[in-house]
This record gives sequence, structure tokens and C-alpha cells, in this order.
Amino acid sequence: MTLAPERTRTTPTTSAPTTPGINSRLSVTSAEPRPQRPEFKKSGRPNPAAHLSAEQIEEIGRELDALRQEVLDSRGAKDAAYIRKVIKTQRYIEMGSRAALLFSGVKVKGVRPMWWLGTAGLSVAKILENMEIGHNVMHGQWDWMRDPKIHSTAWEWDNASPSSQWKHSHNEIHHTFTNVLGRDNDLGYGILRVDEDQKWTLFYLFQPIWHVANALLFEYSIAAYDLELGGYLAKKNRMSDEDKAKFRADAQEVVTKIKRQATKDYLVHPAMAAATFTGSTRHTLTANIVANLVRNVWTNTVIICGHFPPGIETFEKASIEGETRGDWYLRQMLGSGNISGSKAMHVMTGNLSHQIEHHLFPDLPSNRYAEIAPRIRDLMDRNDLKYVSGNLAKQVGGVYWKVVELSLPPKREGTTRRATILRAAKRAVRGKGGAGRRY
Amino acid sequence: MTATLNRLAPSRRPARLAGLLDGARKVAEAIATPLVPSDYLDLIDPLRAGAELRGRIVSVAHETADAATITIRPGKGWLGHRPGQYIRIGIDIDGVRHWRAYSLTHRADASDGLISITTKAIPDGKVSNHLVRQATPGTLVMLDQATGDFTLPQAVPAKALFLTAGSGITPVIGMLRNHLGELPDVAHVHCAPTEADVIFREELRGYAAASRLTLHENHDDVAGILDLASLDDLVPDWREREVWVCGPTGLLDAAEAHWAEAGLAELLHVERFRPSIIEPGEGGSVTFEASGVTVDADGSTPILDAGEAAGVLMPSGCRMGICFGCVVTMRDGAVRDLRSGEITVADESTTGTKIQTCINAVAGRCDIEL
Repeated sequence: MTLAPERTRTTPTTSAPTTPGINSRLSVTSAEPRPQRPEFKKSGRPNPAAHLSAEQIEEIGRELDALRQEVLDSRGAKDAAYIRKVIKTQRYIEMGSRAALLFSGVKVKGVRPMWWLGTAGLSVAKILENMEIGHNVMHGQWDWMRDPKIHSTAWEWDNASPSSQWKHSHNEIHHTFTNVLGRDNDLGYGILRVDEDQKWTLFYLFQPIWHVANALLFEYSIAAYDLELGGYLAKKNRMSDEDKAKFRADAQEVVTKIKRQATKDYLVHPAMAAATFTGSTRHTLTANIVANLVRNVWTNTVIICGHFPPGIETFEKASIEGETRGDWYLRQMLGSGNISGSKAMHVMTGNLSHQIEHHLFPDLPSNRYAEIAPRIRDLMDRNDLKYVSGNLAKQVGGVYWKVVELSLPPKREGTTRRATILRAAKRAVRGKGGAGRRY
Repeated sequence: MTATLNRLAPSRRPARLAGLLDGARKVAEAIATPLVPSDYLDLIDPLRAGAELRGRIVSVAHETADAATITIRPGKGWLGHRPGQYIRIGIDIDGVRHWRAYSLTHRADASDGLISITTKAIPDGKVSNHLVRQATPGTLVMLDQATGDFTLPQAVPAKALFLTAGSGITPVIGMLRNHLGELPDVAHVHCAPTEADVIFREELRGYAAASRLTLHENHDDVAGILDLASLDDLVPDWREREVWVCGPTGLLDAAEAHWAEAGLAELLHVERFRPSIIEPGEGGSVTFEASGVTVDADGSTPILDAGEAAGVLMPSGCRMGICFGCVVTMRDGAVRDLRSGEITVADESTTGTKIQTCINAVAGRCDIEL
């Protein structure tokens, strides 16, 4: 897998200078006067929060803290019952589908009904497990129940990436540095240029291909991404022995996880189907492959709608120095986008269709995002901030168009796009890079 | 006493069968990964043999206005108990699991396989109030195996004295129900605020009426708090008796002093339940158990920072409460959330209470498993 990005080692240095050791994001007020945001970003694009004063941002922080507290205060038995019901339902769907697949080879009037039933069920089960359950449990959304089985420290998900590595790259890096260019590698996963402020290289010319490959193999590219495989390959000659040993241990963990996952889906279940003597071995194998592909494409589809659709903002590294809680909230709101749809759709996306609410409060139970969504939209409207939301087709279409559009270099004065591409190609042929650094 | 332990004798299986079972287990694990087989089996039968120990509440019967006996059907893994022992019970209240310890009060030789605990609702006691007033039959609870050494010895004493107050009667009623017949001479002094507050009143009086024990009830609201000096009148031969004391800390402290003064400390058995109400303070001492480090931290310093400053290897992440990369186990004490002011108190579960160190400051004191 060479799809993984080159990553900068992130050591969060975000403490406010006056209170050493304590994160400035813990408070809505700043020890230092916060500078007014410039009207334009370095790229020349307008700064979406330039019209807000430090006091207004502080007030937004207070309002959101109060909203969070309101949900915490009303969190209780009903919420606990919800996640237990989802888990129970998911496990029964999985068991039922697996049972159906034992007879997936049986043909009735030219079709194999058990294959279709089992494959559909298994796809749904895998999606529920990854999204509404796995992703959210690993976020600590259900830690408050003090149930050691439904806890962020204990959960392992049905995915190639080991949960410990995913929690680091997702919970810690992506959620803290959301949409900060050069800090948040989720922005295009290092293989896509999804924002005009990302520097174009020749590599991105082929990004429609990378994008489709990434979607099909999503669980493996996530594993490679969480492992920081791309960074290792690019920098291994310069890495310390300690870092290399850490990488090897992590890689071993990934290999073990993938082996276990593959053994289950592609070996044990087909073998069990063989025991029914209905010619179902091969069909159980294909059902598992299809279910994993469906899960990969669906999760990728949901994820790209979270931060890549048009209208969502990105941020410069310098803009988050000394960031207060209010600043951080503001960045989360402007850096995320929602998908509108039915209740069933929200559940199947793990409520990541409420990406804005999720990014504001990543540890609130996912079943509560829907009820606070109108109030977040109202808050953003009042503050003249754009609440990005649209139906699935619109959001996905927007991202796919961007993937195509931004595969080309930006238009510059005095040269053509074709000339830029040719120059980059020549440099690449001469081995002078051009496809390497992507930020 | 050993009769109450229905531990299954390990049968020696042929090696081939053991190999087959081991193979089946491996296949089951391969099927269930990334979960474990029990995650699926628990859906079907949470009380089955081999499952984590759980129980289902069968009935809740009121003993007094604020005490109730909760009868529970334990899972098949229940190993039995010796009367006087307690169990930890984990029950979900408002979606949050709370663990508390309660003495077992049922007859160990009952054929129905049920166990029971008796709980007195204490003011502000979250779990005791829930058990007495809100718990309903059918509720699934988590259990631990019985534990504790507040029990009668193999060779029963010729003369025994039970000194109990309030819900301190509960371990003793377990001993009386199971072993009164074997005890030749029993004196029992029990204290309660009023006559109506005496848990198991009719039963105790029944034993006394049948001359199976001599009973003295001290109703504190009428007679005042029991003065141990009055034991000379109530139980003149108290110095000859092996004594079991259970009740509030005041009674236990007084009994320890009284028996020590008499030079008879070896006759004394006391049961101390850790007080479940911790008075949270502002700042305090943080103990990192594995590192052997204790530091003082103020009420505005995250435990993460306090630990790092003291050189403890702390897991960390976003440092703002969102990534859960810093979650560790708190064994004891209390912490306060720096964002909301919310207090988290360690409960009596064997697994401890998980906390985020980057947004919690110590509230009084706390022990961290690091």
C-alpha cells in the first residue's frame, strides 16, 4: 500500500504561554488577547470568521458549552438502552446473515436467495458495526455507562485497522486539528487534493483513480494510514532505531489483525458452509468479499461527505496558535458538513451525517446529535456562519466533482495548466520529485 | 460450611476430548473475532455456565420502611458462599453502572438456588435507594463471587456474641439462619433508631422466644446510643464470648477500643464496609500506584499535568477532553471535571473507574493505577 500519506510527526504544542501545561482549548476565555482574524487567508480566499470579534467567539464557546452540559445532564437510561439495542440488533443481523450464507449455494428458480439475503444482511451488519457502534464507542461516547464491554479502551472493531492505532490518528490528530492544512492528514488522506489551498503536484493529476481505489480498499488504506506507512517508506532512512522499532511493532499488530479478519471472512465461514454440502463454500466466500466491499465503499462515501464537500473551510497552521475553546468550536463548525436524510440513513452513517454536531461534541452519544442539530444551525445562522448540509447525492456529487476539478493545477497568470502539468511531468521524469511533497 | 460450596469437581477428561474441545474453542474464537464468542452467547443466555457472573433480580421484599431484601437468581457460575460473606453487585442506574458490596442473607442450603442481599436505603445513597425503592424483578445485575472473612470458624465457638447496629445485622442474620443450630450459646445485642427500624425484627424475636439465643434490642431514640460499658449488665459473660461486630464506624471503633482495653482483642471480629460517600474536596493528593509516586495538586491542575510534572509516564492525546487517549483507571477517591465541575467518585467495582486525566483534577484525593 503506497496510498498512505507522508505525515509530519505531531507533537501538540498548543499550551497558552501564560498558563504553562494547561491547554488553551480547555477554556473559552483567553489569557492573552486573541488577534482579530485577517479578512483574507494567505491563499487570497476570504476568511469565513473574519467578521467575528474575540468576544463573539467567546460567547459562541459559552453557548456550546452550555448546550453540551444540557445533553450531559439529560443523558441516562434511555441512551444506554439505545446503544445496547443497536449492538444487540447488529449481532442478530450478523448471526442471521452468516446462518443464511451456510446455504448460499442453494439455487431456487435460477437465483440464490440465501446469497442475496446473507450478503445484504452481512453488509448492513458490518456497516452498523463500523459506524454507529465501533466508531462511536471508540470515541468514548458510551464510556459514561461504565460498562467495561462497551468502552473506548476495550472495543475492537471489524476492520483491518487495529482500534488503538485508529484512535490515535482519528480521535487525537484529526479531531484536534480538524481541517488544518499540514496538521490534519484526513484532509484528502494524503492522496487527494480536496481543497484549493492544498499545493498541487503531479501525483494529484491521477487522483480520480486514487480515489476510487481508496474507496474500494478503504479498510486497508485506513490501516496503512493509521500505521503511517507512507511516512515510514518516505523517511525510514532518517528514522531513529526507536521509531523504526515502534513502526515494526505497529505493523506486526496490523498484520495480525488483518490475518484474523481474513481468516474469519475468507476461510472459517466458507469452510463451515462446506459442511452443509449445499455447494455454498464459494458463494460464502464471494458474499464476504462483496459485504466487505460494500462496507468499504459506503464508509468511504460517508467519510468524504464530512469534510470535503464544497463550502467547507480549511485553516492555516498559524491560525490555531493559542486557540481557545471558542476558536476550536468555530473551526469544527466551519470545517465539517452534514448529510440530510431519513432516520435510517443517519443510523447507517453512524450519525456522521451530523458531522458538524459530532465534531463539536465528539464524545456525546451519537443518538443525541439529531436533537441538537437545529440549535447548532440556529447558532451558526445568528453568527452569519455557513452551515454546510445537503442530501447524500448532492454532497457526494460535490466531492467527486472536486476530485476531478482539483486534480488539475490551479490557473496562474502567465502560464497555462497544460504547461504546469508538463513542467511537473518533466521534473518527475528527471527524478527531481514533483510527486513527493503534497502540502 | 463447606457444604455450601457447590464447586464442580474437575473431571479428568480423556486427552483426545480435551484436544477436540480446545480446537472447537479456537474455531469459535476465529468466528467471533474481533469480538469473543461470549459476546454472542450472552445475547442468548447471560446466566449460562462460563459467562461472566451475572444475576437476575427475582423479587424485592420490604423488611422495614427503608430496607428491603433483594432476591437474585445467580448465573450458573455461582460458587456459593460462607454465611457472613458479602458480594459486590453492579447495577445500572440512569444508564451508569454502579458497584456496591452487600452481605448475603439467604439460607445457603435452600434448594431453589437463589441468593439474597438485604439493603438499607441510606440518605443520598444512590445504589441503596435504587435497590430499595426502584429495582424491579427481571433486572439483570453484575455480580462478583462471595468474599470476606467475617464468618464463623470451622470449629464453632462454645459461646458467641453478636453486636450489630442498623444494617450491620445483615451478615449476622446470614450466620444465624445457617448456623444457629450448631451454636450452643448465642447472645445478640442489636441497635436501631426505633423499634420499627429493626430489620428482621420478627425473626430475631422468634429465635429469642424459642430460647435459641438471648436478644437485647437497643432502640437508640428511646435508650440513647448503646454504651459498651453496659455490656456488663446485658451480657455479663461477654469476656468469655467470641464476638462479631458489624455496624457504623463509631460502633466498630468503640468495640475495638473496648475489647483491646479488656485485653481480649483476639476474640473480636469486625466487618468494615468502606464508606461509600467520599466528601469531594478542592485539589488534594494524587497517588500513582504502580509508579509509587504521590503528589499534591491544586483543584485547577489536570491530573495528566500533575503526573507528567512528577515524572510519571502518562498516556496522553488531545489534552482537551475529546480523544480519550489518556483514559486510566482510578482505584479510589474522586476527581472533578475542569469543564463542567462534575464529580466522579471511584466505586467499588474490582475493575476500578475509568477517567480522562487531561480534563479531571483531583477532588480530595485519588489513586491512579499507573
